[in-house]
Amino acid sequence: MAIAVDRIACDGHGICAELLPERIDLDDWGYPIVSPEPISRELADRARRAVALCPVLALRLRPIPQPVVSQPTRRRAAVHGSRARAARRLEP
Amino acid sequence: MTAQRVLAGPPAAGGPESLVDHERRLGARPRAEGLIPVLEASGVLGRGGAGFPVARKWATVAERGQGRAVVLANGAEGEPLSAKDRAIMARRPHLVLDGAALAAEAVGADRVILYVGEEHVAAVAAIERAVGERAAFRGRGHDRTPIELVTAPATYIAGEESAAVHFIDAGDARPTTVPPRPFERGVGGQSTLVQNVESLAQVALIARFGDAWYREVGTGATRGSAVVTIGGAVSHPGVLEVAIGTTVRDVATSAGAVDGVGAVLLGGYFGGWLRAHEAWDLPLDPVILRSAGSAFGCGVVHLLPPDACGVRATARILGYMAGQSAAQCGPCVFGLRAIADATARLASPGRADGRDLERLVRWSGQLAGRGACRHPDGAAGLLRSALRVFADEFTRHERGRTCSQPGRTGRAA
Repeated sequence: MAIAVDRIACDGHGICAELLPERIDLDDWGYPIVSPEPISRELADRARRAVALCPVLALRLRPIPQPVVSQPTRRRAAVHGSRARAARRLEP
Repeated sequence: MTAQRVLAGPPAAGGPESLVDHERRLGARPRAEGLIPVLEASGVLGRGGAGFPVARKWATVAERGQGRAVVLANGAEGEPLSAKDRAIMARRPHLVLDGAALAAEAVGADRVILYVGEEHVAAVAAIERAVGERAAFRGRGHDRTPIELVTAPATYIAGEESAAVHFIDAGDARPTTVPPRPFERGVGGQSTLVQNVESLAQVALIARFGDAWYREVGTGATRGSAVVTIGGAVSHPGVLEVAIGTTVRDVATSAGAVDGVGAVLLGGYFGGWLRAHEAWDLPLDPVILRSAGSAFGCGVVHLLPPDACGVRATARILGYMAGQSAAQCGPCVFGLRAIADATARLASPGRADGRDLERLVRWSGQLAGRGACRHPDGAAGLLRSALRVFADEFTRHERGRTCSQPGRTGRAA
């Protein structure tokens, strides 16, 4: 999970930086600088509070796309022909 | 070095090429069947600045559009140092319109919009006239979809893709928060292909002559020709078409570069400075320039006069970019004004307060990615390149000593 900021809606209130200083800092003009580090489980509750308490609802939590890791096929040796091709398509 | 393809044909002084002359010279516009794979094979990249593969963009919109896509031909050209889009529109409007009509067929669009900067008067007139010429032929199988001409406000960011969509939908040429990007939801909520007018002109030629023909020019992995704008310390500033891979030196020489140029701006205000000796041998190739930490951008090559001050030139550009902020996002509104003012103070030796250089270094690392669009990123990138290339001059100015080039105003444009 990561925090995304709607930069047009954001008005520099700065409540988010108070609630989540581990991930959000403020620049010289009071606007959030968000760390690219993901939101850990320990920080998730406070992150959700920061999103809910932003006066202009400029924040949202978004999932960070995980890289796709291909899994080794387990039953390939036992499956042949068109069924093999269908099985490979279904695997992640 | 020079390649006459988009700009081939009658000379500029002859005005816009008529439909009759265009078709006599190049043949009628082909159909768009099978065009996307040909564009893919050609490797043609977008010419608006991002350099994204054209075929991939078209394929995405074709898939998402469901027959209701929109084609937005982008001729806003808000970059002050660039003149190539207006030159192409003014001289070869039918190449641009052919490209737009081909795009409409290929992606399944039911609307085609030509978005032209209102300040590009000759281009607007040429496109208007060309649209009229084609309308007379539409019944005979020419363009199936009528072409709408929309003039864009004369601002730097009016050509940003979400700003263009916003202007057409709501008369407001300011960027919007993305996602969704125009290819997802654009004009009227439909999947929208935003494509630079030079890209469309190149497509109009590829559709006639093929991908192998397109790849015949060029000296590197990236093939084809590109229209560039050469200006600054040259005797013959203007627009010319070159083989991709032509060096900065060759372009500068052909335009009559003066001796002793110390710095070159590549890519426009959104690009960056290079020391001349680093720049001369660089090929004008988007892929190579990006991997070298520079940028082809919209094809601007601008030479700083030998007696101009790089700090003053940079201050002017940053002042312009700060003034052109859409003023929607705090980091852009405040950050660009701050870096512009600090650079302006440094540009006048003795006015800087001893902390300005340190502030500039700090701020230059804080702006990228913190606006709704890439305007602050462009300004930050330009500033960082200036801090590198003109490092000695910045230091000299901060210490209050006279500028090494006190005699000139440092006008960059």
